[in-house]
Amino acid sequence: MSFSIILDNWKLYLEGVILTLQLVPLSLLFGFTLALPLSVLRVSKNKVLNLPVYWFTYFFRGTPLLVQMFLFYYGLSQFSFIRDTFLWGFFKDPYKVALLSFSLNTAAYTTEIFRGAIERLPIGQIEAAKACGMSRWTMLKRIIFPIALRNSIPAYGNEVIFMLHGSSIAGLITLVDITGAARIVYARYFAPAEAFITAAILYLILTFTIVWLFRLLEKRFLSYLKI
Amino acid sequence: MFDFLYGYGPSLLEGGLLTIILSIVSLFIASVLGLITAFMRLSKIRFLEIIGLVYTTVIRGIPELVMMLLIFFGGQVLINKTVQSLGFDVYIDINPFLSGSMTIGLIFGAYMGETFRGAYLAVPVGQIEAARSCGMNNWKLFKRILFPQMTRHALPSFGNNWLVLVKSTALVSVIGLEDVVRKADLAGGSTHKPFNFWIACALIYLLITSVSNRIQKALEERYNIGFQESEA
Repeated sequence: MSFSIILDNWKLYLEGVILTLQLVPLSLLFGFTLALPLSVLRVSKNKVLNLPVYWFTYFFRGTPLLVQMFLFYYGLSQFSFIRDTFLWGFFKDPYKVALLSFSLNTAAYTTEIFRGAIERLPIGQIEAAKACGMSRWTMLKRIIFPIALRNSIPAYGNEVIFMLHGSSIAGLITLVDITGAARIVYARYFAPAEAFITAAILYLILTFTIVWLFRLLEKRFLSYLKI
Repeated sequence: MFDFLYGYGPSLLEGGLLTIILSIVSLFIASVLGLITAFMRLSKIRFLEIIGLVYTTVIRGIPELVMMLLIFFGGQVLINKTVQSLGFDVYIDINPFLSGSMTIGLIFGAYMGETFRGAYLAVPVGQIEAARSCGMNNWKLFKRILFPQMTRHALPSFGNNWLVLVKSTALVSVIGLEDVVRKADLAGGSTHKPFNFWIACALIYLLITSVSNRIQKALEERYNIGFQESEA
């Protein structure tokens, strides 16, 4: 093991960490924002509203993130209406495609997390809200989301970690994230152990930070559940 | 159908078959490792407990792809350096199927360990004491008392791990295995119709996950006989 290789390339790894720290939070932000309305549609009893969302989550949760990313990055280039229009500016950029596929993927998982939390709400709470004369929107804002989102915190913490780990495939479409940086170092020096162990340690640090942050969140928002 | 795939349908199915075989082999490795890990973490020997804890914590903190690259490329260098230092002048290639299934097995062993540990803790301790007082040895206790009840508690999480495992096998195409992802990539490149093949590839995964869901539901019903009311 020669760790001088890592010291010589610390800038490359830093670049990787920065890219990972852009891709993951942005995808999570888009995914979360998308999942809020989708989860409301998903629990709707109206089939026209709920079925499309069901298909969306079924597709994105039933196929690997890698295939979704390749479908957007390589697959869409097949169509001339994408290649010859302004859309091409979006779909030829690996950064944007990674962001798009990660966002849709985490949106699907997050929608199902919220759906579970909404469906587990005690029916009495909804009935009480209705009895107070709340409109559907007021009920969502005051009753459903505040309780359902709190109860989603532990499951959402896992989703954040899955997204961090899932983002490691960004390197496969030429982006230099943490794994991408490690692959460059490996190819340059033929030192797989040094290159990939460094990446693994960086991911471990990020994972533990996320676990710690979610523990704080749970303490803040779910402390009433602890006996 | 075959027009849509330009004659590459059989090749894609071949890749799908490899994906399924690889998943099953990895699941087997993961289950064995998971059982060992669960009992290590539950053991009263402090040393074993700590090893189990470190394994499940560290593995679950590293992306599958990084683990796979580390084991495939790192293992290659490690083995060859060892062989050369022993004085042999040969170069050994690691089999990608072997290292792929080992890596996925090693990763999901950590998740399975948590699954089995939870399932064990869900078995009432009185049942274990009763079995002991009937004079059962460890193996009989496991076969007759623990296994049937642990299965019931472990099934939902076990099924979930299986689905995540199947999807993570898509990464083995990176280390050169001809799985369904690699086949789709090759076919898409040579026909210039990548969209057709990536959709077909996605549908193959959807088929696998859908069938798995059905089987899981059936198994859960089977193992929940007698518990329907209390579990509802």
